Amino acid sequence: MDTRRGARDSRNSQSSRSRWEAAYREKGERDAEFSTMSGIPIKPLYTPEDTDDDQDEKLGYPGEYPYTRGVYPSMYRGRLWTVRQFAGYGTAADTNERFKYLISNGQNGLSVAFDMPTLMGLDSDDAMSQGEVGREGVAVDSLEDMERLFDGIGMDEVSTSMTINAPANVLLAMYVVAAEKQGVQPEALAGTNQNDILKEYIAQKEWLFPPEPSMRVFRDMLAYSTEHMPKWNTVSISGYHIREAGSTAAQELAFTLADGFAYVEAGIEAGLDVDDFAPRFSFFFNSHLDFFEEIAKFRAARRIWATVMRDRYGAKSEKSLLMRFHTQTAGVSLTAQEPYNNVARTAFEAMAAILGGTQSLHTNSLDEALALPTEEAVRIAVRTQQIAALETGVTNTIDPLGGSYFVEALTDEMERQAYEYFEAIDEHGGVIDAINAGYQMREIAEASARYQRELEEGKRYMVNVNVYEAEEESEVETHAVPLEVERDQKQRLTDLKSRRDNAEVDRLLEAVQEACRSGDNTMYPVLEAVRAYATVGEISTAMQQVFGSYRETPVI
Amino acid sequence: MEQTIRVVVAKVGLDGHDRGAKIIARALRDAGMEVIYTGLHQTPEQVVEAAIQEDADAIGISILSGAHMTLVPRIVDLLAEQGADDVAVFCGGTIPKGDVEKLKELGVGEVFTPGTPTTRAVEYIREAIPARQG
Repeated sequence: MDTRRGARDSRNSQSSRSRWEAAYREKGERDAEFSTMSGIPIKPLYTPEDTDDDQDEKLGYPGEYPYTRGVYPSMYRGRLWTVRQFAGYGTAADTNERFKYLISNGQNGLSVAFDMPTLMGLDSDDAMSQGEVGREGVAVDSLEDMERLFDGIGMDEVSTSMTINAPANVLLAMYVVAAEKQGVQPEALAGTNQNDILKEYIAQKEWLFPPEPSMRVFRDMLAYSTEHMPKWNTVSISGYHIREAGSTAAQELAFTLADGFAYVEAGIEAGLDVDDFAPRFSFFFNSHLDFFEEIAKFRAARRIWATVMRDRYGAKSEKSLLMRFHTQTAGVSLTAQEPYNNVARTAFEAMAAILGGTQSLHTNSLDEALALPTEEAVRIAVRTQQIAALETGVTNTIDPLGGSYFVEALTDEMERQAYEYFEAIDEHGGVIDAINAGYQMREIAEASARYQRELEEGKRYMVNVNVYEAEEESEVETHAVPLEVERDQKQRLTDLKSRRDNAEVDRLLEAVQEACRSGDNTMYPVLEAVRAYATVGEISTAMQQVFGSYRETPVI
Repeated sequence: MEQTIRVVVAKVGLDGHDRGAKIIARALRDAGMEVIYTGLHQTPEQVVEAAIQEDADAIGISILSGAHMTLVPRIVDLLAEQGADDVAVFCGGTIPKGDVEKLKELGVGEVFTPGTPTTRAVEYIREAIPARQG
């Protein structure tokens, strides 16, 4: 009886399918590209045939291996993601004011944007810093600036995310010593430093040393923070910049995870137990406009990380398997034409991040294709997250797209492509050798050029850019940083250098160089140099004299 | 005899966002021009020197760090000082509208903001440098 019914159902569904196929063909398709932004072809319809037999195992339950459906058992029903907007501008005192304003409005997670010179390990008075001081973030030259940045803010009461990579060791040391001066021990400090130097060579391009010594400095920091900073996320492995540089979603996924595995290997090489440090690794992804591809990327990322950590690196602690990540909407997707439309773009991207299960989110402001955001634009961006969280109902159930034939098939495809890239990287001899050969950069440049070509050939659409073109650019008010900031910051630096014990600074810089040469952990002498108010430029230069500088071979 | 148009595409200052610079470099090359890409972290002095040494017809500056009002006028001034003010200068990047006008007043030929098709840069150069249509 049952068997007969089964056979009849199957016959029915087969005839239904051919009926639909015939009807579909008859209707015809509109003239459009049916593929994801990264070129994965999309079928008109997905059915159970598009998912594998082991789909249930590949999905698991939220908070359970392989975490495809989320890292926590209750996800947003337990706690919403953290709204973590990035802030920093002008001088430390300016940013301190902004921080206090944010804290008084209930925010307890601060996120520091440093200016370009600080990101490059340069002092404000360096010739290369001209025009950049305090412009895209806050200028921090010395411990004094860090103390000013957190003046009146209990460093044991806030969690701080610092977007810093090449001189991350110096800025971490400044954070630790500034806290010490408040009577707060490193054990009590919570937060994250980005500290992802590998993606700098691949995409962001703010570096100091060649990759090998950079990994040495990373190992030193990892060893230090594993021992002294149990609440500190030692690295935020970042795909964001890789995507902004023009990569596809699959490239972002693959190159970021490959970098993550390289950091795991660095920890193991430093003699640490993987379960002692991997739980303090976090991730940072981009959320772009191709809605389902993005969701699939986030879901695949969790599954790959858990699998590789368990099977290749022998992680035993569940915490080592969890991929926790922050997301930022795609800056590169915003247009200068009709900037108000960027609110809609950002909202869709935020929704993809939410449906992908992000732990924390930054939504871009509508005016970011024009300048640093105004306060009003930032407020609209925050409101976009709040509307998604509280009005749309998407947070009422966990992984609402789980089991969607399409989303599961796309998740599997993203996973497959990531493993293909891992193989290609292995064939180059690993992440660093691949970087030295320009592999990732070439792949990204190709993808970026392909996408641009598709846009210009009209195969991809960008509203008010190549379709429904804007008549003219809308006027929006933009934020500007006064030029006096640079002059004042340079003056403060000159004053500091005249007040501190310069002979002592020189002696401590020599000790930093000695550690670089001997192989001792560099973090300890850097802490001493920072304590004596050596600047970020002085410490970075001292280390560069031993480790050498990096210059890339440009790839067009 | 007609010569090929030569363009220096430059990233000036500390900004490392080179997607736009590379896209423009490729587009100009695909349009038959000779492109010299400087790579990252160039000073205005280095860019002008490259343009003079390469006998460039135009300099395209890509800048997203907000330092354009310091660095771009410096390039224009240096070109004038070296008697090379026939070199056309154009910019691309995150540049507010108010600054676009100011840069044009200072002698920058065109400013392309995000989302501009590369064909517009090609058209601009062809118009700015009619003598060397290649």
